[in-house]
Amino acid sequence: MSVWSDLPGQSAVIEQLSRAAAAERPAHAWLFTGPPGSGRSNAAKAFAAALLCEQQDPAERGCGTCHACRTVLAGSNADATLVATENVTFSIQEMRELVGKAQDKPSSGRWRVIIIEDADRMTERTTNVLLKAIEEPPPRTIWMLCTPSPADVLVTIRSRCRPVSLRIPPADDVAALLVRRDGADPELAGFAARVSQSHIGVARRLAADADARHRRDTIVRLPLRLRGVADAVTAAGELVDISNADAAAASEQRNESEREALLIALGAPEKGAMPPAIRSQLKRLEEDQKRRAKRSLSDSLDRVLIDLSTFFRDVLTVQLGTGTELVNEYLRQDLTSYAERSTPEQTLGRMDAIAQARQRLGTNVAPVLAMEAMAVSLL
Amino acid sequence: MNPPPGSRASAAKKSAATVSWRDVEPAPVVLVSGPEEYLAHRAKERVRNLLRGKQPDLEVTQLDASSYTTGGLTMLASPSLFGEAKLIEASSLAQMNDEFLADTLAYLASPADEVWLVLHHGGGTRGKKLLDAVKASGAPVVDCQPMKKDADKLDFVRQEFKTARRAIEPAAAQALVSAVGSSLPDLAAACSQLISDAESAVTEETVEKYYGGRVEATGFKVADAAISGRGAAALASLRHALATGVDPVPIVAVLAMKLRQIAKVKSAAANARDLGMAPWQFDQARRDARLWESEALARCIQVLAETDAQVKGEGRDPEYAVERAVTMIATSARR
Repeated sequence: MSVWSDLPGQSAVIEQLSRAAAAERPAHAWLFTGPPGSGRSNAAKAFAAALLCEQQDPAERGCGTCHACRTVLAGSNADATLVATENVTFSIQEMRELVGKAQDKPSSGRWRVIIIEDADRMTERTTNVLLKAIEEPPPRTIWMLCTPSPADVLVTIRSRCRPVSLRIPPADDVAALLVRRDGADPELAGFAARVSQSHIGVARRLAADADARHRRDTIVRLPLRLRGVADAVTAAGELVDISNADAAAASEQRNESEREALLIALGAPEKGAMPPAIRSQLKRLEEDQKRRAKRSLSDSLDRVLIDLSTFFRDVLTVQLGTGTELVNEYLRQDLTSYAERSTPEQTLGRMDAIAQARQRLGTNVAPVLAMEAMAVSLL
Repeated sequence: MNPPPGSRASAAKKSAATVSWRDVEPAPVVLVSGPEEYLAHRAKERVRNLLRGKQPDLEVTQLDASSYTTGGLTMLASPSLFGEAKLIEASSLAQMNDEFLADTLAYLASPADEVWLVLHHGGGTRGKKLLDAVKASGAPVVDCQPMKKDADKLDFVRQEFKTARRAIEPAAAQALVSAVGSSLPDLAAACSQLISDAESAVTEETVEKYYGGRVEATGFKVADAAISGRGAAALASLRHALATGVDPVPIVAVLAMKLRQIAKVKSAAANARDLGMAPWQFDQARRDARLWESEALARCIQVLAETDAQVKGEGRDPEYAVERAVTMIATSARR
């Protein structure tokens, strides 16, 4: 058992990080990059655990059994701070607080580690607040930023960070992880790892949740059902509805319990009207929840589009006869007949339409309209 | 001069009376309720002016029902050293707190002499107990509902001119309503402008001179013209809509909704209930759908998505983007 064992297929990164953890003075800022689902934040967490590990021998750091290792991995270590946002972007206030916190000395370990998940979810102004702290680091603070690509952070930040680039893990490694860690059925794990294109988080959900598998199947088969404009528009509406329901189901219960907790914390009256001071607090909570819902919806739609694009990736693979393994192997028959009815040029055009819809969803285009434009392009 | 106390008491015994905001008379308690702020403002103004006419030393106090503290009303209503009459205008009753409710209910039972209380309730159910009590006490109630129909607005214009003893031709009134009718304060301001400027009867030419070329158009008007292939009308109303302050974003949203409805009714098995559309919407969409080929529809939906991105910051000129989309849609409909 070691802190590195949950990073499938990343042996090069593991070697780099364990060498750094054993060093007397590791670099003060690290930039973890890699495709979504490759385990960036897990790698950062494992590295933080290794840095704070209590083993005497530097070479044995990252044991995974000492108190520090276990608390860091569980997210309860006082010296390791993990920040993530559930909104579309980090707010500048959050960053300012974090910069202040970075000046504190570590309380028990050797380092104070601050991990920022989704460092790409920052506006330029917010990033500049962070830049100051990374430029002139306090002596015992180590920053770790996680982004999909090095280009997602400002060049000034990038140049001050040691890069760690994760690769897409092989599907077999992901499947093995699901079997070992989550106790998934080996066959199901293999399927989930392949159709999720080695996205560990998605694969885990697909392996565990029959509904999620069913939903993905509906989405992937969508191009087979499109006959005319009416179908396309209806299907687009359905996709958005699915995503909405998905996002709502995840947040509804949580929103309600957050509200109750807030009311208790504020000592709100059990009945009757809320005093204005409490009303304003409730309003702020509702706004936060709304922001979170928006992010959750756009994430969900993005996933839909990625699943959909695997269909056309497979169609193109068949059309060009490259012989590469299909993502949706179980649909081979449908894929082949679809491939025969169209040309590779058309397939590429359709993939472009999907990519464009993803981009438009990022620029705030009405989700239904963006999906409709995409769906009619698939006809 | 003050009315004798007896006449006040007999007035309070009358049953609840809904009066128009034009005819409201001062009374110990007047309730002004309804969401149209402007009418409420006029009603309150009228009460204030009438009282001032009778009693020049009238003391006017504003009271906010949402931040009221116990005893405030009694304090304001108690006689002052100089014995001047008092008008208390209580506002935001829609957000009233419990203290205000309790004090005002108590006050209703025994209104003070020489004090006129005007209550303004913006609508909603908050403080219904008080509203009912006021109505039961026979106090005049001014109902300020927003004017939605053009006929109501025309009537408003006519009344404004009649009150000012000016004449306006029916065609001129019609032109005025279509130029500035969407907001009542604007309409009233336009009326008072014309009343104070015009020397004789206001004609259509006068309105044209003041508000010429200004026609209020909504996104729906633009979309209806574009979808039915009337390009010139669509572009003209688009220009009017943009000039009178309609944002490009809702225009694109309405266009998208219309195209979506057409696309949905194109399927043979479609019926209004499954699509979640009102029957009239469904019939309208069916009629519009006859003008639309599938290919044209698909192309226009793609263009609209592109336009939506552009009006939301991707393009440099949102107005150009929406104009281009409207042209494209109007020329794609089969005429």
